[in-house]
Amino acid sequence: MSSEPGTQAPQPADTGDVSAGAATGGGELREAGLWKDAWRQLRRNPLFLASSFTIAVFGLMAAFPRLFLWFYPGNSSPRSCSLSNSVGRPSATAWFGFDLQGCDYYTQVVYGAKVSMIVGIATVIVAGSIAVVFGSLAGYYGGNIDTLISRITDIWFGIPLILGAIVFLNAIGERGLFQVTLVLVAFSWMTMLRLMRSATIEKRDADFVDAARALGASTSRIIIKHILPNAIAPVIVYGTIFVGIVISVEATLSFLGVGLQLPAITWGLMINSSFRRILQVPHLLIFPGVFLSIVVLAFIVMGDALRDALDPRLR
Amino acid sequence: MSDSAKTTEPLLRVENLVKWFPITQGIVFQRHVGDVKAVDGVSFELYPGETLGLVGESGCGKSTVARTLLRLEQYTGGAAYYKGQDIFQLDPGEMRKLRRNIQIIFQDPYASLNPRMTVGDIVMEPWEIHSDVVLKSQRRERAKQLLDRVGLNPDYLNRYPHQFSGGQRQRIGVARALALNPEIIICDEPVSALDVSVQAQVINLLDELQDEFNLSYIFIAHDLSVVRHISDRVGVMYLGKIIEMGNDRDIYEHAVHPYTQALLSAVPLPDPTKRDKRDRILLEGDLPSPSDPPSGCNFRTRCWKAEDRCAEEEPDLIDRFDHGHPSACFFAEPRTAVL
Amino acid sequence: MTADDTSTPDWEQSLDEEVGLDPGAEHLLDVRDLHVEFPTDYGVVNAVNGLSYTLDRGETLAILGESGSGKSVSALAVMGIIDKPGRIPKGEVYLQGVDLLQLPERQLRDIRGERIAMIFQDALTALNPVYSVGWQIAEMYRKHRGTDKKEAFAKAAELMDRVRIPSAKRRIDEYPHQFSGGMRQRVMIAMALALDPDVLIADEPTTALDVTVQAQVMRLLSDLQDETGMGMILITHDLGVVAEVCDNVNVMYAGRVMERAKIHDLYAEPAHPYTLGLMRSIPRADQKGRPLDPIRGQPPNLAAIPSGCEFHPRCNFAEDKCTVEEPPLYRVDEHRRSACHFWEEVLRVGQRQDH
Repeated sequence: MSSEPGTQAPQPADTGDVSAGAATGGGELREAGLWKDAWRQLRRNPLFLASSFTIAVFGLMAAFPRLFLWFYPGNSSPRSCSLSNSVGRPSATAWFGFDLQGCDYYTQVVYGAKVSMIVGIATVIVAGSIAVVFGSLAGYYGGNIDTLISRITDIWFGIPLILGAIVFLNAIGERGLFQVTLVLVAFSWMTMLRLMRSATIEKRDADFVDAARALGASTSRIIIKHILPNAIAPVIVYGTIFVGIVISVEATLSFLGVGLQLPAITWGLMINSSFRRILQVPHLLIFPGVFLSIVVLAFIVMGDALRDALDPRLR
Repeated sequence: MSDSAKTTEPLLRVENLVKWFPITQGIVFQRHVGDVKAVDGVSFELYPGETLGLVGESGCGKSTVARTLLRLEQYTGGAAYYKGQDIFQLDPGEMRKLRRNIQIIFQDPYASLNPRMTVGDIVMEPWEIHSDVVLKSQRRERAKQLLDRVGLNPDYLNRYPHQFSGGQRQRIGVARALALNPEIIICDEPVSALDVSVQAQVINLLDELQDEFNLSYIFIAHDLSVVRHISDRVGVMYLGKIIEMGNDRDIYEHAVHPYTQALLSAVPLPDPTKRDKRDRILLEGDLPSPSDPPSGCNFRTRCWKAEDRCAEEEPDLIDRFDHGHPSACFFAEPRTAVL
Repeated sequence: MTADDTSTPDWEQSLDEEVGLDPGAEHLLDVRDLHVEFPTDYGVVNAVNGLSYTLDRGETLAILGESGSGKSVSALAVMGIIDKPGRIPKGEVYLQGVDLLQLPERQLRDIRGERIAMIFQDALTALNPVYSVGWQIAEMYRKHRGTDKKEAFAKAAELMDRVRIPSAKRRIDEYPHQFSGGMRQRVMIAMALALDPDVLIADEPTTALDVTVQAQVMRLLSDLQDETGMGMILITHDLGVVAEVCDNVNVMYAGRVMERAKIHDLYAEPAHPYTLGLMRSIPRADQKGRPLDPIRGQPPNLAAIPSGCEFHPRCNFAEDKCTVEEPPLYRVDEHRRSACHFWEEVLRVGQRQDH
């Protein structure tokens, strides 16, 4: 019943009836299912619209930075810097001013979106896939398989994301996009796995799963066709929020000097090289900081909106 | 029907079926501390074209019988022979084949249909699993025929379950169970979640389908009047055992086991003129825990006839009065009840 | 609560005066033209559309209906506990002459429990799992009457005894989950009866229980009613339970009363096609081997109630008139009303074929 958000709406208090919710007289079309229902609600949610617009803008910025530079009057090449411009103030031709090396800061900040978006999204997709596969296996089979997977998860849980990442990244000499993502994946799959496992356990004993078993359906068919589509919503919600968290962790790592290394262009590195001069040249800190905050906030707000739309108990 | 049926071979013979659920303690190292004796030695036979009703209150094990027969639960003991083959001993391949012949209809029409699948996907899923039953090119057509047969508009194929009311969903569940042309359908409380007015529609549908496809039903329900209407024979269950069995008359008019008598006398009758004429047996107390059932006869703790013997010795389910009307009580005797 | 409570105690008198309850009012409870609606994403759901009934002392009134009939919602409205966004756009609920819908929440809180009480289908969710049952019953006295703790617990034990919970004194400190379904239902009944209300609303009190336990609980309720003389509203879908205990019946469908009758009249000769259809839907012993006679179609969508008579799409008696003209509650006889244009015809058919 938990996946039936709308059916109870027409008679919220008539709980006395076992078949409450038989509101679709004559089988006429009224509701369209969890995802379509959620979409109806999301479409009208200003927070969702604002956050998805923001994420779309930053997505474009990461994929096609030139889209944000072709009209730019200043220097739109991130690698051509002139020390004579060092720490120049924002102006009409250099909107965000210049950094220490005399690189155009607007151009730098635009190019910095790429690392954040790639690391954030890639980490969550890879960690989420691990979580979905092993979480559903643990939840479906239970017993020893569950005990093994759950205990490993618990132990892994003991290592905080940032601490684990610092320790591992310190040990690696060369830290590129791939290495940072890999280390972040290694420490971020646990919560999603737990969510997947418990959602699977909840659906595993559903009557429709028994019906499929009674028909002789294979285990893979049961998990893929019957359990996964009904159990994945919480992981999607959490994953969306987690993109924002991963982005901020990546920036933190870069800031601490254990993330990506120069000459990579990332917001974390920009903040790192500017924070000691915050009083003299505040714009060097403010612009990447604000961009970072907006992206993180956008993912968190979007995740929240998704949760409201997908969680039937809140309707 | 049952008399003529008994001259033929039974389709299904269940012998001393036992299903215990272990109770464990501890998280990493699980310690076995006891068992819930959900089904504790149930035997019956099901003949072709017959409906066998199983009635009893919650916790009597009637649904567990169904689930264990379908191997949705692992059996603990006993055997169930379908045309001579023990269901519990089949390998996975053989079991898959057998599932074509034994299907199930569930109680909750909201929980038994996958909300992410269309009605068409649900009804055609049996043919995807057993792909030789209906050719791929003919499946949509056959699915439409099935929907039509269970009283739904065939054009509903692309709709989702939540667009239907409870009764309509239950029809979808019936269509799914019929898809493989089974011989036996286990109906686990198929109408108890439905409104009275819709309940009768589904009962009629099940009746018609039985004649049309020569189905045998095991019909599990707690509603005694529904079971009486649809069943040829009825088994009454209490704490994991069948305590009385017989045809409609045997059970409803000449019940001999005290529990059956109490159960019947407790059923509220939709007839106010009988209100004060009935001789009520109000049972004392609650159902004992199935993890620690009473010794001897497990009904003795609530029985007004119980004597010392009942605590020491378990009464067998044997014919005590009429032929084919076994009961499990030392002091079984007929009692006329106003029904 | 105890035997010496027969004279009107102080707290009741003060409540009566404060609210203006009139013990001499014509009816104990008088519900008039009650409407309840719920705005949803899919339109306004009209759960109750013009429900009227009266209840007297000692009377047992059934509100009989299937899912979506509005029977439970109407009870919550009478209690004044409709959850948002539900609202009551129209209607009056007179308890001894005072319209409860007009009272401020504070006075209403005093009246609930003291004058009008309710029990629900699911005792496990209605009871608080973190407090012992004795504490929860005692709380009724402590909150409403300011009784001290020791006395309140003594009264709680007495009450548990009265609802026939075996070894009540020993079980008073146990928690709801330690009780069986039937015993929990008794605890809830004890809480409802703690302050000796005049009206008890029982919403599907036995639906979740097995028949043998159901029989015990129904027996208990009717015995307690005989002792206290309270009026009882029994909300149920079960035609059997209604026949066993009720005096009068309101049959509801799509938020409206279809038929109102004395119990024997209703079962002997229904005057509304819906009632007739319900009676015929129940399997009867003499019908074995023949198909049942169900009501066709599906329950109505409350956000799109059919025009004219709500029941016409499922009705065998329906004619063109029924699709446009909503039938009023026609007077059949002194005690009987039917919301069917063709009630006379229905009566004839019912008499000819039934029983």
